[in-house]
Amino acid sequence: MVEGSFADATLRVFRGDKQGGTPADYRVPLVPGMVVLDALHSIQSHQAPDLAVRWNCKAGKCGSCSAEVNGRPRLTCKTRMDALPLDQPITIFPMKAFPVIKDLVTDVSWNFRVNQKIPPFQPRPGTEWKMDQRDVNRVQEFRKCIECFLCQDVCHVLRDHGKLEQFGGPRFFVRTASLEMHPLDGASRAQVLKNELGIGLCNITKCCTEVCPEDIHITDNAIIPLKERVVDEFYDPLLMLVRKIRSAKKPRPGGEGHGI
Amino acid sequence: MGSSADRPLTIFGSTSRRDAWWVEILPVVIILSAFGIYATYRAFEGKFYAWGPYLSPFYSPLIDPDHHWWRFSPALLILAGPLGFRATCYYYRKAYYRAFFLHPPACAVSEGGRRDYRGETRFPFILQNLHRWFFYLALVFLCFLWWDAIRAFFFSDGFGIGVGSLVLLANIMLLTLYTFSCHSLRHLAGGKLDCFSCTRFGPPRRTAWGWLSRLNERHMLFAWLSLFSVGLADLYVRMVSAGLLKDIRLL
Repeated sequence: MVEGSFADATLRVFRGDKQGGTPADYRVPLVPGMVVLDALHSIQSHQAPDLAVRWNCKAGKCGSCSAEVNGRPRLTCKTRMDALPLDQPITIFPMKAFPVIKDLVTDVSWNFRVNQKIPPFQPRPGTEWKMDQRDVNRVQEFRKCIECFLCQDVCHVLRDHGKLEQFGGPRFFVRTASLEMHPLDGASRAQVLKNELGIGLCNITKCCTEVCPEDIHITDNAIIPLKERVVDEFYDPLLMLVRKIRSAKKPRPGGEGHGI
Repeated sequence: MGSSADRPLTIFGSTSRRDAWWVEILPVVIILSAFGIYATYRAFEGKFYAWGPYLSPFYSPLIDPDHHWWRFSPALLILAGPLGFRATCYYYRKAYYRAFFLHPPACAVSEGGRRDYRGETRFPFILQNLHRWFFYLALVFLCFLWWDAIRAFFFSDGFGIGVGSLVLLANIMLLTLYTFSCHSLRHLAGGKLDCFSCTRFGPPRRTAWGWLSRLNERHMLFAWLSLFSVGLADLYVRMVSAGLLKDIRLL
């Protein structure tokens, strides 16, 4: 980008609602350090006050301003204008996987319904409320999630195949992993992962990891370990036998962890 | 559900991305296809697999080379093991689902339509869940290949170092790194524990998990390097065995 305020960029922004819409072009003067969300605010201030954009912190921490910039799911507040090619219009569209409410604002309420399928934290009976930091290091990565839902948007199982009833999506595998690997939690969510959240539909193509603005290693640290836990429970005859022998010897009330 | 934004993004390959997304899958298609063709040819060839102390990794362990009870190439008896380990590998799954099955061809690029996608919930892809069993098998193969690599330093006139010895040693080292960076091993070694400090043998398992996690971060790198090394090691042994190349003795 040229230093100063003389250069312009053209933003091609989707304007419409659930009935449909068309993209509209806006010329925006560039300023140093400008991000796409700044450019959208400039459009709101000077050209289209009715442009709908969801945003809050402008610091990459609230997860509100998700959109597709030049076809890539991004947080608009973390996408610098000087990182984009300005020789042609910058396209800004709402997240494809969710229904449009207006312009760039989508209805992401489906995600909160999925969240309800996940059994909450259940402490083991007689839990001593004390944790070793080295045991919680792993789940703290998952707590970085800002629920921008970019991973859900880019996931082809939701985006292209519309498996909304059968599939939970990367965001909720991350949340399940944060509970499932919690050192004080006593519940097993393998059944829910397999049947309710459809983890088998994930074919680990890692797009979720690529778009995560918090750099959570969604596939390697959450989804694959959960898939392995489902294998432990349903596809590994040896472990199934060991569990059977152990449970015959010593019943374990209050759910089982993974200790084999 | 799905967005009502006015974009025809449901046709195969449609996307608003501006970059050449298809460039990403081309090397995978070319390299895996070339390896597949070469490995198939070599598996069926049934000759030029040994020279001096060298044995091709495609033929190790060597079973019934004199065709007492198996008429075909000995490689056919063993290749299902390494092939199964790679085919069910979490990294290769990503690579070939994208490059060959186009599920999806690239991130945010449409697969086209809404056909009956079943992921890994039905046959044959549900068999991906057998990965850990192929891992156990891979450990057995590693033992044989380490033995072959050590044996490659002992010629008929005693200890020595040939180019082939180093080729086989480099190959087994890369195969070991690939095998030990496996996601299933990372899980079995310690990843499956919820609480390291309150489980029997938890602390050493946490240490193992930590080390394996570091290796696991480079699983893709080791997957490709070991694929090249195993192919090149076989090619080297084949060329020397067929008299097309002279093995140079360094010591």
